[in-house]
Amino acid sequence: MTTDQGSRDRTGSDETFLEVQRSPEFQALRKALRGFVFPMTAAFFLWYLLYVVLSAYARDFMDVKVFGNINVALIFGLLQFVTTFLIAWWYSRFAGKTLDPQGEALKARVENGGPR
Amino acid sequence: MNSRTLTITLFLLFVIATLAITVWASRQTRSAADFYAGGRKFSAFQNGMAIGGDYMSAASFLGIAGIIALNGYDGFLYSIGFLVAWLVALLLVAELLRNAGRYTMADVLAFRMRQVPVRTAAAVSTVTVSIFYLLAQMVGAGALVALLLGIKPGATFLGMDADTAKVVTIIMIGALMITYVVVGGMKGTTYVQIVKAFMLMVGAAIMTILVFAAFHFNLSELLGDAATKSGKGEAFLNPGSVYGKEVAGNALQTFYNKMDLISLGIALVLGTAGLPHILIRFYTVPTAKTARKSVLWAIGIIGSFYLMTLALGFGAAALVGGAAIRAQNPGGNTAAPQLAQALGDRFFGGEFGGTAFLAVIAAVAFATILAVVAGLTLASSSSLAHDFYANVVKKGQATERQEVVVARISALVIGAISIVLGILAKDLNVAFLVALAFAVAASGNLPAILYSLFWKRFTTRGATWAIYGGLGTAVVLVFFSPVVSGTATAIFKLPHDWAWFPLSNPGIISIPAGFFFGWLGTMLSRDKADEAKYAEMEVRALTGAGAH
Repeated sequence: MTTDQGSRDRTGSDETFLEVQRSPEFQALRKALRGFVFPMTAAFFLWYLLYVVLSAYARDFMDVKVFGNINVALIFGLLQFVTTFLIAWWYSRFAGKTLDPQGEALKARVENGGPR
Repeated sequence: MNSRTLTITLFLLFVIATLAITVWASRQTRSAADFYAGGRKFSAFQNGMAIGGDYMSAASFLGIAGIIALNGYDGFLYSIGFLVAWLVALLLVAELLRNAGRYTMADVLAFRMRQVPVRTAAAVSTVTVSIFYLLAQMVGAGALVALLLGIKPGATFLGMDADTAKVVTIIMIGALMITYVVVGGMKGTTYVQIVKAFMLMVGAAIMTILVFAAFHFNLSELLGDAATKSGKGEAFLNPGSVYGKEVAGNALQTFYNKMDLISLGIALVLGTAGLPHILIRFYTVPTAKTARKSVLWAIGIIGSFYLMTLALGFGAAALVGGAAIRAQNPGGNTAAPQLAQALGDRFFGGEFGGTAFLAVIAAVAFATILAVVAGLTLASSSSLAHDFYANVVKKGQATERQEVVVARISALVIGAISIVLGILAKDLNVAFLVALAFAVAASGNLPAILYSLFWKRFTTRGATWAIYGGLGTAVVLVFFSPVVSGTATAIFKLPHDWAWFPLSNPGIISIPAGFFFGWLGTMLSRDKADEAKYAEMEVRALTGAGAH
């Protein structure tokens, strides 16, 4: 076997891919994916950045003790763990329910030679 | 049996077991897909563990515990950044990369571009990032051995002084990792990661439980005790003792310090999805869906581990004490094993218990380092063979056999280079080096990856400018930063001073620079983006059609 350039084998012709890409079903899939991951990325990134910026500039607030020796900084840090776990779980549920069925239908279509 | 003998025995057991796995894996490694991607047969859980094994490096186990033990709360920033970073990989990169690529990061970058320039750039970037990261691991191994073998400056072990023993350790670790990669390929390396991740999780969990047992399972009591013993009081539990320090009467330096903290935070969170040795793990599973599930496992495993770093760090501060840790290693890299000794003393019966538990945890730490260096070496040698040799030198005309031979030779060369660099850099700080690797990865690789996957107009020139621009900015800024020269703790200590860039971490400048150069290169391209190829990549990435 020779190494194919760019790791492509011919699963479909250029026309097939262009047609599938323009199909309403594919557009819907792309919209669903981007509609979830872009806002979610912005959200967790800003939430994380808020934590970092507060650590730099809002020391008085971060140093406040909530109970015992547990202060706001520690709780804020632990909340980052909680949100990370939650977003991961949320995304996997969304992907399993919404993205996977749409993707699989389109995949079958590409591998059978494009929309008919 | 003393601690030294026990450590060596346990570590040798780990080495023998993993070498056996490697030899077994080598018998099943025939095709290029076997060597690069472990045959793509791993399950989500296996790959999740292996991702954890690749990711939880010496910096995570030794470095973070050490920073928390010596400086308190600030070390926790690393744990948080390293974990949150996985959301970038999960949401934006893992599945699309799995579907569109095959063996290396460059498969995706070069998909719709001219192969030669983009793959060359990707190979340069992969090797640069991996060597930064490798250095950190080698240095960690050197620092560890002095503690484990009980060598202090002036003392000897088997006739070797501390420096000679460090050099010998670095050479041995290097030789072992070369063996894993050359013989076992991705399959062997993946099993080594899984075994290591299991050992590390169990070791850290036992230590965490014992730390909490020592403080009546009361986190507040642990924190209070750590703060008292640290001599810094409450400040120990608050942000600001190392990062973003406020310098009285010097507003400019205070501003630089705060920017440095933000820069570090950004580099940590954006670096993961640009680390080549992490990205190629997504190819070891059969489908994008499995890749997603493996990232979920990884987030669970890595998240639990980073939560435990709190117990390890504050536990070491409370039970070992900053002075004892500093005396052994000024950077704090030996806090976790020293904590193991203290816990063993306390819970497993006196001196022998301490010795034994230290030996176990030390063996775990060695395994940690060994596994990570193997993963890094594999990533770089894959890129050299698949991107540079097969697609640049041979223009895609290499046979699969030739590629694998070149990959094995590359592993040997990279291993040898990192041994030499590791020896030269043996006195540097571990966590700092890894943070730099993250900054370099986030600047050189992430912009190009995201543009490739999501921006239709992105061109060949955009891709090469993004990689060289981001990578170059990051490396140049590091070179002119206070970590390389101009301070008492720099690589080139005073009076050497050519530092004009005020921050230790370049991320806040170099990551936007990577994105900017990618955009600029695209705008200044003479040729337009190939629409048909973008259609093919997008359809394949989103649907998994024709995935390898």
